[in-house]
Amino acid sequence: MAVIVSIPTILRTHTGGQKSVEAAGATLAQVIDDLETNHGGLKQRLVKEGALHRFVNVYVNDEDVRFAGGLEAAVKDGDTVTILPAVAGG
Amino acid sequence: MLVIRRDLVDAMVAHARRDHPDEACGIIAGPEGSDRPERFVAMDNAERSPTFYRFDSAEQFRVWREMDRNDEAPVVIYHSHTATEAYPSRTDVSYAGEPEAHYVLVSTRDPEQYELRSYRIVDGVVTEEPVEVVESYMFAHTGADDTPDCP
Repeated sequence: MAVIVSIPTILRTHTGGQKSVEAAGATLAQVIDDLETNHGGLKQRLVKEGALHRFVNVYVNDEDVRFAGGLEAAVKDGDTVTILPAVAGG
Repeated sequence: MLVIRRDLVDAMVAHARRDHPDEACGIIAGPEGSDRPERFVAMDNAERSPTFYRFDSAEQFRVWREMDRNDEAPVVIYHSHTATEAYPSRTDVSYAGEPEAHYVLVSTRDPEQYELRSYRIVDGVVTEEPVEVVESYMFAHTGADDTPDCP
């Protein structure tokens, strides 16, 4: 099952500069594990202590996974996973 | 150095004043690679707070996708401080995720006189930069606003 993962500028050092890469998995967690095998270092930028890092937003198609099961969010063949740095501060 | 048109500065300040005492936030998009802010986008502060801001994630997704379609980048990311100076807070630094953006801070703590400053924030390091406000980009050596700038 292949999905397209859109990578933000700040993480492209892990993908050799590519804006989007392919990955496989039935859940977001599996997609991230698959990403890690080909693009080492990405996982620790996204996941901390078993949950998505609060500094990043991850969307499956156009839905924020925080409202769709987080790392357990279902992913289907042909879906697009978009990673964006959260824009926040004080 | 941030070179920016006066109407865009005015738009950021007006937004910050409008939302005071809550923090206001948004971006100014520009052509990818140009470093030239052009398209003003006021964003919702999902936190509606005087001490914190966060882009609404659904709105951010729509705006980022639109920039992608237009071959644009978030050249400026701005927010206001409503009771303190226009300098990045610790949370601003820990969240900063766009190394190529100019982080613009507007302080509205003085009702008469705003303060606007710009920074790069890369890997947790804050570097202030000068801001040059221009009427048009035509002679600002930034390209566009419909050309001139003799070579």
